[in-house]
Amino acid sequence: MTPIQIDFGKPERVVGIDLGTTNSLVAYMDTAQHPSVIPGEDGDKLVPSIVTLTREGDIIVGNKARAALIDEPDRTVYSIKRLMGRGVGDVQEELKLFPFRVAEGSESVIRIQLGERTFTPPEISSFILRQLKTNAETFLGEPVSKAVITVPAYFNDAQRQATKDAGRVAGLEVLRLVNEPTAAALAYGLDKRRDGIVAVYDLGGGTFDISILKLHEGIFEVLATNGDTHLGGDDIDNRLVHIALEDIHSEWGKDISHYGDAVQTLRRAVIEAKERLSFVPSTRIEFAYKGKTYQREMTRAVFEKLIADIVDRTLGPCRNCIKDAGVAVEQIDEVVLVGGSTRIPMVRSAVETLFRAKPHTDLNPDEVVALGAAVQAGILSGTVENQLLLDVTPLSLGIETMGGVVSKLIHRNSTIPASATETFTTAVEGQRNVLIHVLQGERELAKDNRSLARFDLKDIDPLPAGMARIEVRFLIDANGILNVTARDARTGKEQSVDVKPSYGLTDEQVEAMYQESIDRAEEDFRARQGAEARVEADRILAAVDKAKRNDAYLDLTDEERNEITRALNELLVVYHSDDHLLIRAKIDQLNKVTMKLAENMINTAVSSALKGTKI
Amino acid sequence: MNPVSSNYYDFFGLEHKLDLDLADLEKRFYALSRQYHPDRYTFKSREEQQYALDATAILNDAYRTLRDPLARAEYLLKENGFDIGEQGSKNVPPELLEEVFELNMALEELRGGDDSARPALEEARTKFVEMREKIDAELRGRFPGYDQTRDRNLLSEIRALLNRRRYVRNLVNEVDHELTGAAA
Repeated sequence: MTPIQIDFGKPERVVGIDLGTTNSLVAYMDTAQHPSVIPGEDGDKLVPSIVTLTREGDIIVGNKARAALIDEPDRTVYSIKRLMGRGVGDVQEELKLFPFRVAEGSESVIRIQLGERTFTPPEISSFILRQLKTNAETFLGEPVSKAVITVPAYFNDAQRQATKDAGRVAGLEVLRLVNEPTAAALAYGLDKRRDGIVAVYDLGGGTFDISILKLHEGIFEVLATNGDTHLGGDDIDNRLVHIALEDIHSEWGKDISHYGDAVQTLRRAVIEAKERLSFVPSTRIEFAYKGKTYQREMTRAVFEKLIADIVDRTLGPCRNCIKDAGVAVEQIDEVVLVGGSTRIPMVRSAVETLFRAKPHTDLNPDEVVALGAAVQAGILSGTVENQLLLDVTPLSLGIETMGGVVSKLIHRNSTIPASATETFTTAVEGQRNVLIHVLQGERELAKDNRSLARFDLKDIDPLPAGMARIEVRFLIDANGILNVTARDARTGKEQSVDVKPSYGLTDEQVEAMYQESIDRAEEDFRARQGAEARVEADRILAAVDKAKRNDAYLDLTDEERNEITRALNELLVVYHSDDHLLIRAKIDQLNKVTMKLAENMINTAVSSALKGTKI
Repeated sequence: MNPVSSNYYDFFGLEHKLDLDLADLEKRFYALSRQYHPDRYTFKSREEQQYALDATAILNDAYRTLRDPLARAEYLLKENGFDIGEQGSKNVPPELLEEVFELNMALEELRGGDDSARPALEEARTKFVEMREKIDAELRGRFPGYDQTRDRNLLSEIRALLNRRRYVRNLVNEVDHELTGAAA
């Protein structure tokens, strides 16, 4: 055990992570207090959010997993962020468009099938986070256990909780969840150091956010936010893939939409074409499969026609956001573009038209969120002074009342932390429990909103109907996550509350996954140590084998030779054990008993060499 | 960790007035945020973190209330023992009786699928929005008077105006709902 090191002088290392639909990044504040993205082992700053389970049972993440999308589509998953915090019921649309293999028996928590195993979305995300953690540790040369992770501003409570759970499973203490557009604004603000009103338009791989902020002397106050958690570059890709599949069906007379490898290859081809079209007016989509080829010329004009409705879908949330922020369009000084999809010229011109301002494109739209997360990490660890982020909750929080109507307690765009207190009572004499159904959303009826959880107020003192008074406090913390506490207003005693989340994992489940990941990590570690010990054993076994044919071996006493044979056999016995320490002990022993032999051999070599020079 | 006041005015160190300087309020909000925000307590004890969370939640709730003239007036009324429940806003103010009757007729027609009621509704909407703006002006007009005299009669008048306003607001919302709902 290493003693716990207490270093009062150095602030704790906190990294910033952008856990994206398509790519994920980890960033930190360098010694000059500049945010900087940490590259992976392959030198790439972007870690593709792709996870594959190899046939050997190893988890591989990022660029190395990309090839598996085509080679092992049944063992590989991408865009898992789309499933975070959601139940099987609300991802039916997703399942039509994405090759997610939902395991049987999934209900409130989805399980994804990878080969012979199943994983929840937070677990799959935790693999990506673990990779980023390792990248950061390798780069910084120190352990990393604390992080700020970004989430789409429009993520609801369950989606946020699922992200936090993923961090926990990856062995990261998630100090804060920060909204992606807000993080981008932090990076932007640090860059510009100018006060004013800024809009952040964030169109990523799978989510769309729009936030309007007021920047004032280091305070970043979010005035309003809006968005769509299921709108992004993925939708454009799916549209193009769909069209190409139809083309191919009629050209080849064959429907290849059920061949995972073919679809993924085609997907790659249309994504590349899409990306080229941001820079050239026309390009060609080329695709080959089993000796057949498909080609299609695509102009930017045609491309724009195909995606116009997708781009259009971002404008409604923008208008609502401007309205909610209580600002006139003219008051918005600049629009910051975030997310790879904002490279599309049509997106840029749509933003320019709506906001009547030229978008700010100096910052790399792929990196700006991670950089902002690093800045927030710096704020939390105290190395970045004077900057403060005041964010809002994207959705109203309410409880279900009589007739299935929602009574709103905390309105959307309220600055967080935010709280509301409600008093509940009993309806019949002696009633011991009161059930509170908490929802998130803007609709009037409970059934049209997102169910968050049911809180069961238990062990209420038995009293005549309507006499009990339970004060329930709903608090949305700085992560945008709901906390509920209750007390008996008559006695002032804390009232116990049982939480039944509608979607997502219980704390116990998260803890179990974390333990499992630790166990697996230990298993992996032991396996690696064992392999290394065996490499060393091979070396010494080969050396001894060679030495036995040397004259020096014959100069040893019988006793000495017997000792060597015994040590050799003992090493061979433990060679395949998974206890690397035992292997190493036997290696050391063999080393010890062959010491004299080695010395003799050197002497012999020296003397024969000396003899040689005489000739 | 000094306990913070749960009274919104006291938290901001402000006199309990109806007329507030919003620029000054914002300045105080930013300064207090810098002092209490949980971001400043990341590596403090669990108790201190909870303290920061609770204090900031009150601060944010307070700012939301005080910066909005209507919410602020309701808060001050409540402080002064006035009942400001929804009840008062359910009774039709007598001077609106005729207009509300006509409005309900038009709403019924539209709900019945008669689209010809639409122009009448739009006209009514404009009228009610104007009415709401007039009430807002009347309300604000009474704020300085109360701040100077602390006359409870003025608070009664303000409560009556607030109830009327809420009634009118509900009407506007209902018309909006029907107009957009029918169009969809």
